[in-house]
Amino acid sequence: MSVTVRIPTILRTYTDGRSEVPAEGTTLAEVIADLEKNHAGIAARVLDDAGKLRRFVNVYVNDDDVRFEQGLETATPDGAGVSIIPAVAGG
Amino acid sequence: MAVQTVANTADATGSTTPAPDLGPAAALSCRECGERFPLGPIFACVSCFGPLEVAYELPAGGPEELRRRIEAGPKNIWRYAPLLPVPADVAGKPSLNPGFTQLVQADNLARELGVTGGLYIKDDSGNPTHSFKDRVVAIAVEAARAFGFTTLSCSSTGNLAGAVGAAAARAGFRSCVFIPHDLEQGKVVMAAVYGGELVGIEGTYDDVNRFCSELIGDPLGEGWGFVNVNLRPYYGEGSKTLAYEICEQLGWRLPDQIVIPIASGSQLTKIDKGLQELIKLGLVEDRPYKIFGAQAEGCSPVSAAYKAGHDVVRPVKPDTIAKSLAIGNPADGPYVLDIARRTGGAVEDVTDGQIVDAIKLLARTEGIFAETAGGVTVGVTRKLIENGVLDPALTTVVLNTGDGLKTLDAVAPTSGPTATIRPSLEAFRAAGLATD
Ligand SMILES: Cc1ncc(COP(=O)(O)O)c(C=O)c1O
Ligand SMILES: [Zn+2]
Repeated sequence: MSVTVRIPTILRTYTDGRSEVPAEGTTLAEVIADLEKNHAGIAARVLDDAGKLRRFVNVYVNDDDVRFEQGLETATPDGAGVSIIPAVAGG
Repeated sequence: MAVQTVANTADATGSTTPAPDLGPAAALSCRECGERFPLGPIFACVSCFGPLEVAYELPAGGPEELRRRIEAGPKNIWRYAPLLPVPADVAGKPSLNPGFTQLVQADNLARELGVTGGLYIKDDSGNPTHSFKDRVVAIAVEAARAFGFTTLSCSSTGNLAGAVGAAAARAGFRSCVFIPHDLEQGKVVMAAVYGGELVGIEGTYDDVNRFCSELIGDPLGEGWGFVNVNLRPYYGEGSKTLAYEICEQLGWRLPDQIVIPIASGSQLTKIDKGLQELIKLGLVEDRPYKIFGAQAEGCSPVSAAYKAGHDVVRPVKPDTIAKSLAIGNPADGPYVLDIARRTGGAVEDVTDGQIVDAIKLLARTEGIFAETAGGVTVGVTRKLIENGVLDPALTTVVLNTGDGLKTLDAVAPTSGPTATIRPSLEAFRAAGLATD
């Protein structure tokens, strides 16, 4: 499955400044593994030492926060948009 | 709290620009891993995504001198300028000058709730746009000035939008703010009347937030200062002034217990930071204090995590009349959990019905008309006392963070004339209103 990943500013050093990059995978975990292949180092920024999503990062597959879905096992259908976004405060 | 001084910030091209004048602010530091960054419009740690916070070069001289300086300052948040990321001459700049709101000794409410140790309402409805958001925005405006932004923006549940619109008008910025499309009319009007752009987003606050975060990373958002996104580290410091004022108004003393509403959890987290600073600076005696967080049952992800013993917060889809607190994905939720547990406090929630009852209780006993967020803190205080969690024999401060006029709908169905009569003494007598 081919998806488009939206990269936050603080991770763009890994993508040569690009704000969107393509990736492959049927689940979010596979997409992150594929990102790591092409942009070495990026997985360790998004995942903690235990391999889980860091607690201050929000990931959306299309419009759904993956914590409402299956976390790293959330399916990433062909053509999906994946967004990685730092948590923000306020209101 | 000493930090290495950061003289220059390197931009993307490698050239250097002078460090912005933000007074005692010396650097940004990651709350999670401690990594340091030069002052700038950044908000998340490049290593771990943790939130960045302002680190200070704190004022020289002892507590006596600092206390004198503060007490000689203006009757607004700028009296605490030596402890905030703002230039030394901040009080002379165009600002709404929020803060130094009343700390009301609430003896009538205390009697009703059975509090014997002293009960106070910190009434932030008295701010220029009638919520505590004027505090955080005023600090963010100084950061926006220092970084050369021309448009002020935010994602908002309503109060922040009004505060940004008003502050931008006074300070001479363009503003463009984003809110969920279905807010209370009072908040929509207040966000619109100051003449900036106001955009309703079809979605919840969490959708608005996500949209704004993406705008920040796009060329479309170039030159925009989002007070709660890329200016967040500075914005958050504004909430510390609540801690400073409460302690100063108690005669430079820590309260034993504080009840604070939670939306994103930023206010609660920064009030704790403010109290810790006062202790470190020797401005108050180091004694234990307890912090209690308050949520509406219809949006209680932090309360749920607290009760389940979790240290992560699972987001929810909000459904409550307390729209100012309707953030289903609270960024500072994990810190609220840490602070409630560390201080021996708790996090509790109340139903919409209990919120309305609490608004009316506060109004009836103390003449303070709170918005739904204030109903949440008063309601949670009552529940915590009934459950034996909050000790009525201790000095307790309850926050009212917004004005009831903004959420009239909450009480309108159950508030109206006691009687409607013809203009005659006869009719008045018949209505049974005369005192005997
Ligand atoms: C009136 C009022 N009180 C409290 C809060 C909670 O603030 P925080 O998001 O910092 O937890 C908000 C908004 O977010 C608010 O509008
Ligand atoms: Zn970090």
